[in-house]
Amino acid sequence: MNSQAISVRNISKMYHLGTINRRTLADEIRYGWLKLRGKDPVAHMGKIGAKAKDRNPEFWALRDVSFDVQPGEVVGVIGRNGAGKSTLLKILTRITEPTAGEAVINGRVGSLLEVGTGFHPELTGRENVYMNGTILGMKKREIAAKFEEIVAFSEIEKFIDTPVKRYSSGMYVRLAFAVAAHLEPEILLVDEVLAVGDVSFQKKCLGKMEDVAKQGRTVLFVSHNMAAVQNLCQRVILLQNGRLVAVGSQLEIISAYLGAVGDKSGQLRNRADRTGTGEVRVCEIELVDRDGRTIESAICGQEVGIRLYFSRLDTALWSRLCASIMVKTQFDVPVFLHHNRLTRQEFGVLPKHGYFELRIGRLPLSPGKYSITYGLINDGKCIDKIENAMELAINRGDYYGSGEVPPETHGVCLVDGSWKMESTSNSFGRNGET
Amino acid sequence: MRPTLIRANVPWWRIDFREIWEYRDLIGIMAQRDLTSAYKQSVLGPTWFVIQPLLTTLVFTVVFGHIAKIGTDGVPPILFYMGGMLAWNFFANCMNSIAGTLTGNAGLFQKVYFPRLCIPVVKIMGTFVKTALNFIMFLGFWFYYRHFTDVVLPPAWHMLGLLPILVFCAVMGMGMGLLLSSMTIKYRDISFFLPFFAQLWMYASPVIYPASTVQVSWRWIILFNPMSWALEATRRCLVGQGTFDGTQIAGSVMAAMIMLIAGVMIFNRAQRTFVDIV
Repeated sequence: MNSQAISVRNISKMYHLGTINRRTLADEIRYGWLKLRGKDPVAHMGKIGAKAKDRNPEFWALRDVSFDVQPGEVVGVIGRNGAGKSTLLKILTRITEPTAGEAVINGRVGSLLEVGTGFHPELTGRENVYMNGTILGMKKREIAAKFEEIVAFSEIEKFIDTPVKRYSSGMYVRLAFAVAAHLEPEILLVDEVLAVGDVSFQKKCLGKMEDVAKQGRTVLFVSHNMAAVQNLCQRVILLQNGRLVAVGSQLEIISAYLGAVGDKSGQLRNRADRTGTGEVRVCEIELVDRDGRTIESAICGQEVGIRLYFSRLDTALWSRLCASIMVKTQFDVPVFLHHNRLTRQEFGVLPKHGYFELRIGRLPLSPGKYSITYGLINDGKCIDKIENAMELAINRGDYYGSGEVPPETHGVCLVDGSWKMESTSNSFGRNGET
Repeated sequence: MRPTLIRANVPWWRIDFREIWEYRDLIGIMAQRDLTSAYKQSVLGPTWFVIQPLLTTLVFTVVFGHIAKIGTDGVPPILFYMGGMLAWNFFANCMNSIAGTLTGNAGLFQKVYFPRLCIPVVKIMGTFVKTALNFIMFLGFWFYYRHFTDVVLPPAWHMLGLLPILVFCAVMGMGMGLLLSSMTIKYRDISFFLPFFAQLWMYASPVIYPASTVQVSWRWIILFNPMSWALEATRRCLVGQGTFDGTQIAGSVMAAMIMLIAGVMIFNRAQRTFVDIV
């Protein structure tokens, strides 16, 4: 057991829902008075007299989670919102204590739960590098030795002596990540930091994480970004409702996860992972063919419609509502997004029940499994959205109308293309022509 | 490197002092940050650490000395108030800043782990530096009165007595602060009550009046207030005036020790899961 980098044994974490106080001062005093006289407050005051832990319902964010991570291994932790991923990291980074169970960590731990922790707006970048570094567990000496490297990585050399309150949010995050990335821990715990900065900086961050992994250090990486998990992790742990449901190779677990996430039926009434204000809700997604008949799966190149059946729960008109659909691959890579504003189509006043339909003339997807994410947006505000609301299975089909059936290996999308050949006067192509 | 053991229900009396020592660089930098960031973007900068108590002393001299005419046992009012404020502010600032440890740093504690007891240590260090600056200012006045007036002041080496008194104030302030901090997690009311409480305590302590002028019927307040002897002793060291006895010291030191131990234990217990309820 001691040879493991991280060894987690039956870790559980329970939260109490509700408030910890009694509602009023009078209740508190009455409670104290009853206690003082040795009487049972529950008998006299009812539910409010009970202790917080008896009064409030329990919620188990983690339940009996056990796993091991070998030194040098890069392990991903995936799961839906509320599966317990962040709670697990909070326990492993000692931010909070488990309710039961224990874990042993061999080696210096660095965490990237949220970059920029402890940055003080009034202090300069230079002062904050030292501040942040020591908060993350570095020694002053180590920071001084790596200072130039950190500043170079963050690309803000010019502003290093300016108070960070004047930084743009991008600069702020870059500096923060630079400090965290140079932590050089033996075990790195990472939570979703890759969602920061612009694309080129994100690439740099991923590169840095790859370096860390290559140097034989242990990484536990919690993410929704399936592409990043797939790129970085050898082994993946899948959490569901606080329990560890599967551990295995990345491909196996990621497809199990997306299979579990993308409900084939398209029924959304019981989905708990909705976001948005919720006045209008999509209750079902349906895939239909050219004639409006429900289909289970589509064929490459087929004409299909994706219908979002909605219910309006309030009395507003919602004439500016915008519906959008995004199709992603199994690995969470977006393939395309379409919404009605792109084609300047307005829906007008919304009825109580109805459906929005996105019609696609010739489905340009390779065979395979995809997922549909939809969103309803009104004036920039999210009304209703479910990530990976439905699985979309695409079967092989005659996309090009030539009898040639494109296989799965042809990438994620298919395009309308045509070929021709013509002769030229010499072997240098167009540039070689005189 | 020792393996890190994460366990449920760590006993409340287990405190990893070695770990706090390992984070000494953090403590140093945080204390420095507290001091340097306090008055950034102000022209007078750290001078404010001196100006603020100076102004308070002037206000006290005018209001209590000249208008209310509260006696100072023959000590020049400026030295009297300044001396009292020196010890009182050290204690009160320790208590107030430590009381905010958990709620004030919740954002930090929710994101990163370091021994939470580092913060109270940082606060004491910062408060000590501020008090040292005040002391330097006091020395200026003291020097003036000693050499340019005929006021009789005790020899300078008596000031060494200030050190154990400040240690006592720190112990007391930390104990109180930690207790308050742990309670504030559950009842935010404490943070609203605290400024009033601190002020009330100040008036119940011989800060603006000497203990010797307190009526016999009110003496018990002075006797049971663990801060009384510290203030009187401070003035005894600085200006040669002050009444206290050995029993008072013994009782107060005992009270402070109990307070500190209780505070550290309760804080240690509260900090383990406080991010869940804050």
